[in-house]
Formats: sequence, structure tokens, C-alpha cells
Amino acid sequence: MGEIMKKDQFILGIETSCDETAMAIVKNGVEVVANVVASQIESHKRFGGVVPEIASRHHVEQITIVLEETFEKANMSVEDMDAIAVTEGPGLVGALLIGVNSAKALAFAKNKPLVGVHHIAGHIYANRLNKEFSFPLLALVVSGGHTELIVMREHGSFEIIGETRDDAAGEAYDKVARTLQLPYPGGPHIDRLAKVGEANIDFPRAWLEDDSYDFSFSGLKSAVINTLHNAEQRGVTLKKEDVAASFQASVVEVLTAKTYKAAKEYGVKQVIVAGGVAANQGLRNELQLKFNDEIELLIPPLDLCTDNAAMIAAAGSIAYDQGHRAGWDLNANPSLDLEKYSLRGTL
Amino acid sequence: MNILSIDTSNQTMGIAIVKDGQLAGEYITNVKKNHSVRLMPAIDQLMRDTETSPEDLKKIVVAKGPGSFTGIRIGLSTAKTMAWALKIPVVAVSSLEAVAYQGSFFDQLICPFFDARRGLVYTGVYRWNASGELEHIEEEKNIMLTELLDKLAQQKSSVLFLSQDIELHRDVITQTMGDKAIIPESSHHVPRPSLLAQVGADKDADELHTLTPNYLRLAEAEANWLKQQQGKD
Ligand SMILES: [Zn+2]
Repeated sequence: MGEIMKKDQFILGIETSCDETAMAIVKNGVEVVANVVASQIESHKRFGGVVPEIASRHHVEQITIVLEETFEKANMSVEDMDAIAVTEGPGLVGALLIGVNSAKALAFAKNKPLVGVHHIAGHIYANRLNKEFSFPLLALVVSGGHTELIVMREHGSFEIIGETRDDAAGEAYDKVARTLQLPYPGGPHIDRLAKVGEANIDFPRAWLEDDSYDFSFSGLKSAVINTLHNAEQRGVTLKKEDVAASFQASVVEVLTAKTYKAAKEYGVKQVIVAGGVAANQGLRNELQLKFNDEIELLIPPLDLCTDNAAMIAAAGSIAYDQGHRAGWDLNANPSLDLEKYSLRGTL
Repeated sequence: MNILSIDTSNQTMGIAIVKDGQLAGEYITNVKKNHSVRLMPAIDQLMRDTETSPEDLKKIVVAKGPGSFTGIRIGLSTAKTMAWALKIPVVAVSSLEAVAYQGSFFDQLICPFFDARRGLVYTGVYRWNASGELEHIEEEKNIMLTELLDKLAQQKSSVLFLSQDIELHRDVITQTMGDKAIIPESSHHVPRPSLLAQVGADKDADELHTLTPNYLRLAEAEANWLKQQQGKD
């Protein structure tokens, strides 16, 4: 009685929600076959942030180049794909549209199923490229646009238990970095300075209500800016390193404490960290210290923390297995809701 | 040879399938609705109706602008990706030139334009030459319509104006140009994807990877940045 050989599944992922034109091929939802990211960071640097119109212009210039490179690297062709998965939202609408329309054209031309993917589902599933999930799990998603605590009880199901009420963590990083006159993008620079600085300024921690898993970073951001201005007026120079360390200490403490508390309350088997800020060394260290083998902690390698398409293919693999199918009328949805998105698999 | 043409560069969304020089089917809407949602369903429908499968296509012709930045990109990302997937050539045609073809039987100047707000238009001037080719008389630009009209008013020839946005500018055109302005009935202004396919049929293929939209205008952030740089000097 031989076991029936299960055919391998290959998904092409396409991601253009912000300033990276990315495509990847993932095998069986867990193995990266090819992963190509064309970054535009250099083009946006001089503007001090991502300019949506310029991002869209770059995407349309890059789209077939990245396609070709991805399939060349994988040594595969579109015929070998089981489905085309694409980020449908959230993100910059003009940027998303390039990926969505390109994905539709590819799926139509090659008669392949099309799957829409939620960008945050993608960030979470980046971790599955490292290690299989065990449920229930808790995901801390931290990026330039997101700060969320999400409970997953099974594949494809996302329950948001906490989110930011104002700025995303990454946004606060970028704004503080700008005030400190650090180059764009500022997050990594703060992380770097914080390493050598001393957290000797007492910035506020926004805990909000006792039972809340929500976040708020705008007060902290203002406190940093005010502290810098006051010092300037008094003719005192604060060490950038110390400001960075003190700011980061506040962010990391709140993120870590809330994540830990939620992990305990929900009795999760794994804690996952996802999104661009997951690359932050300060956050990684603190989380590792806090969880310290008590609960399994998954943090993706650096290249899977930032936007990429392997994560979209990985999330697309599950959505595909669960029967998600997009029609030819698939549109970009800049404010796609994660919980509504997760319900699609059960409809 | 089977050609699929796509125009999403302005309000009119048009696609056509031309088989061996014969129009097999054409789909046009002229409504303010989302091209991204409706383009692929329309292509799917037209391909079914004309019994064309993607592998039957031998060329894709796409309108590359000027027009709505988002609209042009929807057309181009669709056309480029389809061409890449099917390994067939893609030909990009200026959206203005495609409209100029609607003046095929007019032997004087042809001026297609698209409104670009605040008095600005995307425009160019064309004329059919003796050997039956469409010649550029004025290069395509993003300029004040009045500036172009002053120039055209000094010429002896009549000018055929073709634009979906004609009503926005009819008064200033007739005031400046008088009898020399020829403005046809409304349906003549609608870009025809069948003509787009015809124009593209004879043109050489574009290099797929480097094919970019014909924006005729810098991104605003880019323009401001350049201004700042000049200020610094
Ligand atoms: Zn992201």
C-alpha cells in the first residue's frame, strides 16, 4: 500500500503595495524557490518618504523585469504555477493597482487561478517559511503602517485583539528620526544609535486601559520632539544616541509587555513577530529575553521582515488551499480589512 | 494575425480584437467608472464572443497616454504582462495619435487633445501627408490650450479638433479660431480601440521591459524637487 504521491504546489506571489516591486515563487507554502525584490528606496530618499505617484511609476517600469528574473531564478515557467497570488490591499492604491492588474493579465493569459492576499496576512505568513505554525498563535505585526496584535486559531483566520489608535510604531520611528535629522528611512538608524546610547531620558509609555491591547505612539513621538525643542531653547545639546535609546526603550517596553500579556491570556503556543520593525534589533533582543523559551518565539530573517512577495505566496498558498478565488474584477483595496478578509475562506 | 488592443488612458475604456485586418469585436464604454475592475472582465467577454483564446493572440497594442496616470498604468501593466506571458510583441501608441486617426479623411490640420485641468491640455498637431502617413506638425506637449490656439490661429489651414473634453473648451476654440475650427459631432471624439489596433498593426514592436507610459508630465513631487534644486544654484 504505497502512499499516494501528493503533487508539489507552486504559487507565484506578487507584491507592489508600497515601494518594492516584488515577486516570488514558493513551494508548498513553506519553501522559497525564488524571491526577487526591486527596491525603490534610492528614488524616494530625496523626498524623505515614499511618494505614491513615483512608486507607481517605478512599479510599471519594473513589472516584467521582475517577472522574468523570478522565473529565471526558479528555472520554472508560468505553466508550472498552481496559482497567482497578489497583494490586493492594504497599501497605496496606485501602487497596488500595478500588481493586481499584472497578476490578472498573467492569470488570464495562462489560464491560472487568481488569489487575492491581504498584505498583513502575508507579513505573518513570512514566518511559516521558517517554521510550521502551531495554533493558537499570537502575531505582533509592526511596520510603517501597522501595529497590531493578532490571534490565529487556525490557518487563514485572523482576529485582531489590539491595534494602534494613532501612529504605527514604524511611523513614530520615522518621525523621530526626521526630528533627529537622520536619513530616510529612519528606523534602522535609530536602532543603530540606540545600541550605543543610554536610555537616560524618561519618555512616556502609553499603556492605555488596563485590559486594552491597543497601542498609541503619538504621545511618545510628541514627547521626544518637545524634549528636543526644549533642550535646544535652553542651549543644551542632547546626545542623539541617548534620545534614540530612550525613545526605543519606550516603544520596545510597551510592545513587549503587551505581547507577553496577550500571549499568556490567550494561551498561545507560538508568538510571531512580523513586519518591517521586526528587523529592529532592540525589539528582537527584548522579546527574546522576555519569552526566554517559555513560549516559542518566531522572528523571520531580515529579508523576510520587510516587504517581499515570498510572504504573499506563502499566505496565498493557504488561501488557495482554502478555496479563495478572485475574479477578473479583482481590484486594489487600499483599506482592506483583515478580519473580513479572513472570513472569505469560510464562506 | 490576431491583435488585441487596449485603451484605458482616459475616461473611455476600449478594447478591440482585430483578426487579419478585420475587426472581430470592439468594446467601448464612456462612463466614469473604474478601469481596473472592468478591464479584464471585458477582455474575457470579448475574447469569448470572438472565439479567441489567449494563445491565438499575435500582438498587443496599447494606448500609452497621455491621460490619467493611473489609467495609463492599468493598460500598460496589463498589456506588458500579457505580452510577456504569451511571448508576443507589444506596441504602444500615443493616445493622442490614436485619436488623430479618427480624422483620417481630413486633409488639413488635426488637433486631438485631452483636458489636463487649469487650462492645460495634453495635445499635439498632426496632418496626413501626400503618401498617406500621419505626420507630427506640433510635438505632443502638456501646454495651455490658449497658447496652442494662438499659434494655430495664425495658420491658413482649418483645424479639426478631436477631444472627449471638447465641451469644456468649445467657446475658447471658436472664439480664437473662428471658421477655421472644425468640431464634429460628439461620437467622433470617442477614442476607437479598433483604430488603435490598426495603427499598431503597422508599427514595430516596443522593447517590452523598457516600455513606459507617455505621461508628458513629471510627477508633482519630482517637479517641485527640481524647482528647489534650481533655486539652490
Ligand atoms: Zn509591509
